[in-house]
Amino acid sequence: MTTRDLGHDAAPRVSFFNDPKIRGYIYQFIVAAILVGFGVWIVNNVAVNLAAQNKTIGFDFLWKTAGFDISFSLIPWSRASFYWEAFLVGILNTLLVAFIGIILATMLGFTLGIARLSSNFIVSSLATVYIEVIRNIPLLLQLFFWYFAVLKAMPAVRNSIALPFDAFINQRGIMVPRPIPDEQFGFTWIGIALAIAAVIALRIWAKRRLEATGQRFPVFLVGLAILIVIPAVVFIFSGASVAFELPVLERFNFKGGLQIPPEFAALLLGLTIYTAAFIAETVRAGILAVNHGQTEAAQSLGLKDNDRLRLIIVPQAMRVIVPPLTSQYLNLTKNSSLGAAIGYQELFNVFGGTSLNQTGRAIECIAMVMLVYLTFSLLTSALMNWYNARVKLVER
Amino acid sequence: MQKQLVTLAASAILSLTAVSAQAAILDDVKAKGYVQCGVTGGVPGFSAPDSNNVWTGLEVDFCRAMAAAIFNDADAVRFTSLTSQERFTALSAGEVDVLSRTTTWTMSRDTQLGITFVGTMFYDGQGFMVRKEDGIASTLDLSGAAICIESGTTTELNAADYFAANNMEFNTVVFVDQDEVVKAYEDGRCDVYTTDSSALAAERSKFANPDDHIILPEIISKEPLGPVVRSGDSQWFNLARWTYFALLEAEELGVTSANVDEMLGSDNPAIKRLLGVEGDFGTPLGVTKDWAYQIVKLVGNYAETYDRNVGPSTPIGLERGLNALWKDGGIQYAPPIR
Repeated sequence: MTTRDLGHDAAPRVSFFNDPKIRGYIYQFIVAAILVGFGVWIVNNVAVNLAAQNKTIGFDFLWKTAGFDISFSLIPWSRASFYWEAFLVGILNTLLVAFIGIILATMLGFTLGIARLSSNFIVSSLATVYIEVIRNIPLLLQLFFWYFAVLKAMPAVRNSIALPFDAFINQRGIMVPRPIPDEQFGFTWIGIALAIAAVIALRIWAKRRLEATGQRFPVFLVGLAILIVIPAVVFIFSGASVAFELPVLERFNFKGGLQIPPEFAALLLGLTIYTAAFIAETVRAGILAVNHGQTEAAQSLGLKDNDRLRLIIVPQAMRVIVPPLTSQYLNLTKNSSLGAAIGYQELFNVFGGTSLNQTGRAIECIAMVMLVYLTFSLLTSALMNWYNARVKLVER
Repeated sequence: MQKQLVTLAASAILSLTAVSAQAAILDDVKAKGYVQCGVTGGVPGFSAPDSNNVWTGLEVDFCRAMAAAIFNDADAVRFTSLTSQERFTALSAGEVDVLSRTTTWTMSRDTQLGITFVGTMFYDGQGFMVRKEDGIASTLDLSGAAICIESGTTTELNAADYFAANNMEFNTVVFVDQDEVVKAYEDGRCDVYTTDSSALAAERSKFANPDDHIILPEIISKEPLGPVVRSGDSQWFNLARWTYFALLEAEELGVTSANVDEMLGSDNPAIKRLLGVEGDFGTPLGVTKDWAYQIVKLVGNYAETYDRNVGPSTPIGLERGLNALWKDGGIQYAPPIR
């Protein structure tokens, strides 16, 4: 009744229930209530059903002994390790394959994208065939191909293919010598750091000189020379030496050296090749998005081909490339969970698979795995957004 | 407004059904008209579809026996093929009514997963298969060998224990799916394939050249494999358990699918009780009086299903061993039906 009175006092345009503002509040309230209700129902349902099955929710299992083996781990692992360590091993293995995969896929993708735009007919059609074939075959199938088809073609341990520098390749993976630097090698690291600092200083100096006098300096060649010469001189004069631990054939397999298991190699190869095809298309789109007038303008200014690409085309193309490139990086990271199918012990295999099954803590394990992927993705997004903000058009 | 009310009402009903589904499994099963049975993706002799796409095997026969007891129809079963990772979740979430899938009975599974083991259909132990050409004679020679394993199994834990206890270098390749484990072993990724020794024999029978592979003599674990039901429904648990016992009891009393009809006229009181001629043991289980008669008539006794699926005359060729009846030197033993 009070609403009617209010209506009389104010401008009597609309009734209470027809006021769009009030209606808006009502609808929002209803939606919020339903959402909260749904959440409460889900939580309650889980609690009731778990109680009926005599189960509880909790993370105390993380401090229990895992009791299973993980053969590919970046940190020390034994069967007496705890479940939280298994979680960590899984995260590191996922990060490893995603990190290397992103770098390789970016390099391959940019090359292919530019190749597809090449004026050379053979180069551009080869790139087109690659992209169209790879992009249109499901990733899981490609992983099975790389793992089972390529593995089958590899020789058995006793018939390993010997590669140069004491490296071997067989069904158990790729074995290469492991470099073991001695204590004196520390000086070389300092030398490398000095060289990098010198190259950065050189670049800044060359840019200033170019702006002041218009004279160019061959930064790339000189920088390369600095990067090679300084560490090499330090290495020789510090008397450091690097020993190599060679892979040696034992009863079942090679021992020692660095061993790259076929599961890792297959997953890395599959992810790189698959994602590169998508990145190539992104790059091609980015380059085509730069108006042809820009090229003509650069040519009429007398810029060399290299400078035209580096100073005019690429910076403008990057603005178009970066946002979809971010999604490809995220896809690659998430797709690495398919490694579970070919026995690579990444996060989903170790924690969403084995650990979940041995502990029976389905909700906890899956929630943790989901949270990790979410965190990875948000971090990658944040990083790429920051980069995008740097390269985007500065509006005046 | 009304739409939202409908949604609310619908979710309220859903939450009610989610709770009531916990109630009586037998009533649900009777209402839907079949038993939903969780099995492997294909381990010959235990659960695998044959050339006519009909599921056969020792564990499949257990589900068929339950269907026979409930519906007088051994075909009133639907099979769900589950990986070892999915199996417990599928059972506790109610996707399957009974899990009969080469599952090892362990304490933590029995007490922490909301599931209850019914009995031991098959006493097994973990073994190792290797290629003959590698010249391996004992599991103690396996230090450093690459071992293919299925993830989320007791096999994985036993092997880790065994290698740690014997101070041997352990090097595993772990897959989610049994098929990939076998394929990786066949392709030479691993020197060794390990799982329950019965399953080793079963998988070997599928190889192109089974004679190129040998199963090492050591058995490193106890693997009692049995059917599993959800905890909290004693009626369904009892039905599953006594279906298993009825299979054993029938063998002990010499009742087979061939002679079960003549046995109805037997003078032996134990046979009379088993077949429902004397007394009524079915009604308290929630099924008819002749439940065990139907099991034996439609599926057979334990010896029949064993011999048909995994016995010496099959490609899998497993002797009865521990799985013989107690009076024949094994440890299969059923409490009396009385």
